[in-house]
Amino acid sequence: MDLFRAHVLVCCGTGCTSSNSTKILEQFEQQIPAQGLDKEVKVVHTGCFGLCAQGPIVVIYPEGVMYYRVTPEDVAEIVSEHLLKGRYVERLMAPKTDKTSESSSANDSNFFKKQLRVALRNCGNINPENIDEYIANDGYQALGKILTEKRDPMDIINEIKASGLRGRGGGGFPTGTKWEFAAKVENDTKYVCCNADEGDPGAFMDRSILEGDPHSVIEAMTIAGYCIGAHQGYVYIRAEYPIAVKRLQIAISQAKEYGLLGENIFDSGFSFDLDIRLGAGAFVCGEETALMRSIEGKRGNPTPRPPFPAVKGLFGKPTILNNVETYANIPVILNKGAEWFASVGTERSKGTKVFALGGKVNNVGLVEIPMGTTVREIVFDIGGGIPNGKAFKAVQTGGPSGGCIPASLLDTPIDYDNLVAAGSMMGSGGMIVMDEDTCMVDIAKFFLEFTVDESCGKCAPCRIGTKRMYELLTKITDGTGTLEDIDALEEVALSLKNGSLCALGQTAANPILSTLKHFRDEYVEHVVDKKCRCHVCKGLTEYYIDPEICKKCSLCAKKCPVNAITGEVGKVAYSIDTTKCIKCGACIENCKFKAVKKR
Amino acid sequence: MGKQKMTPEEMSAKLDEVLSKFKGQGQKALMATLQQAQEIYGYLPLPVQRKVADALDVSVAEVYGVISFYSFFSLKPKGENAISVCLGTACYVKGSQALLDKIESELGIKSGDVTKDGKFSISACRCVGACGLAPVIMVGDDVYGRLTPDEIPGIIAKYKEA
Repeated sequence: MDLFRAHVLVCCGTGCTSSNSTKILEQFEQQIPAQGLDKEVKVVHTGCFGLCAQGPIVVIYPEGVMYYRVTPEDVAEIVSEHLLKGRYVERLMAPKTDKTSESSSANDSNFFKKQLRVALRNCGNINPENIDEYIANDGYQALGKILTEKRDPMDIINEIKASGLRGRGGGGFPTGTKWEFAAKVENDTKYVCCNADEGDPGAFMDRSILEGDPHSVIEAMTIAGYCIGAHQGYVYIRAEYPIAVKRLQIAISQAKEYGLLGENIFDSGFSFDLDIRLGAGAFVCGEETALMRSIEGKRGNPTPRPPFPAVKGLFGKPTILNNVETYANIPVILNKGAEWFASVGTERSKGTKVFALGGKVNNVGLVEIPMGTTVREIVFDIGGGIPNGKAFKAVQTGGPSGGCIPASLLDTPIDYDNLVAAGSMMGSGGMIVMDEDTCMVDIAKFFLEFTVDESCGKCAPCRIGTKRMYELLTKITDGTGTLEDIDALEEVALSLKNGSLCALGQTAANPILSTLKHFRDEYVEHVVDKKCRCHVCKGLTEYYIDPEICKKCSLCAKKCPVNAITGEVGKVAYSIDTTKCIKCGACIENCKFKAVKKR
Repeated sequence: MGKQKMTPEEMSAKLDEVLSKFKGQGQKALMATLQQAQEIYGYLPLPVQRKVADALDVSVAEVYGVISFYSFFSLKPKGENAISVCLGTACYVKGSQALLDKIESELGIKSGDVTKDGKFSISACRCVGACGLAPVIMVGDDVYGRLTPDEIPGIIAKYKEA
């Protein structure tokens, strides 16, 4: 094997690829031989490092120096300065938000210091399209041990149970218990499924794992198959994730080539095969029964439980379904032991959780923290706080099924139970930060618009309830709402929670209930004072021109599509006729002196 | 998808190729068949639905039912340059609604429609996964991130000339 003195890691996750990292990779592959370093330096394309806001990202080992927002033009300089002369290219180091650390290694920065990467252990460290790199990092060791020692499946299931691992897809059901149910049902045909239909907008944990470390999921699913007695698995993945699909396909065929998947794995007599099924854009297909209908080629309508999938699932056979992140934890638990895993986290939530941190926060990206880390630590220490000196208002977790956590609960340690108590939920791991400019009523409406779209229509509480709630919220944000509307909203929300068939409907009201709980004053302000303090709700916002600032240039009047602005060039300050104004915002965009304002 | 123009005959031949691969497999192959058929035509008109139904031996109603259920499948053709505006939470919080409004007013069509010359169509999508670049739009396969509404006319102009 060739030895290299330095490794250049280029992030090729979706975020960095969108900002041109494949060009950067090409440049390195040209520049390194051009400067005579091809025997000494190796270029590796990896999955996500996590700091997506500062992408495209390049890391150079052994130093662990991380370069941010690299452009293809920077590559020649990095090669000649860093790799040839050993001088760091300082202008590309350390993002502006994080200047506290003395060390040049990115791992010592605030963003990484408080993280513990278990599910993401290989993301950003290995080339996901090369199975040897996974194997070199203990990959397929857990599976190999189990199969060659012919370990008792119940023994493995008990170890998973002892680790305390709970489902990372949202509900938090104990994974070992789920496997035990399916293992105990007698049937010749059983299935193992993986939920990679990450529909929660603003969440990209599962995608990043599949893009950065697909083999960990394959290994875990094979172990699951061995435990419950299944020989076929399906990964149900969003068609919108082309890079993840491609890497998973490559990984499956490499695993088959190595005899780690397919017939007679490790000569143990155990066979397991894996297929990919592409989703087609339906949020409800993240619900387990709906997902299985979709794999069967049908409309993704949920079905009542019981019968639970462990008894009667895919094609009517006993089936287990886990989420990508849950699977990614399995090989580590078996390699390091249940006790180690259970030593991380809180009393009832063990291990770590990956969050996609986004919205109004400096370090947008992917973070993995031990359970029990507080919201404040994530937003302010890891996330680097709120941009532009704005004030923090809330963080939203759990997507359209979750809720908002206000500033008063910033010190809540994150685990399954605490988030539910705060009126939200763990969800799959989307975490969107909102600042003082985000209107909470508008956000509730935004999520309801989503659930109205995504409700499958099978059961009345969800189909009709989401629509009625959306109408009430529209009324309130348009400025025609009343206090009775807020009461009606609450009433519909509660009946939806109690009456819906599946989790989509049962949780669809959470964005409303949690904002009503923590931000009721904003709702009341909308209906009583007819005011939106964030100037987001158009129906409650008026545009005006500050005559003190107006330079009488007439540009706003020229741009106004409905001729609502009058004045005289150089003589009379311009003003807006609010009866004509359609609040399109063209005047604000075009005024060079910031004279147009909202109230 | 759809950039290289095929003749109707070529499309039909391509579809037959796909159908022969899945022939007789029934409902469980329906999603994959439709995905590949849409890749050829850009959308799924009724004659295509009929052919798929025949090949898989399922009813046209089942086929239509599946198409209308999933947002990925389209019953209408898309524009040459399909613009999708990400309305995922991270982008929404960072003002992607204003981008959508601006694109709609620039092109004079609403989200879900195609311009008369067939050059552009607009759709709103839920998260392309590039949340670090929010707010994001996609034109075809090109991703544009960290946008403000005043950058929109320039981007559209680029594709108008092409």
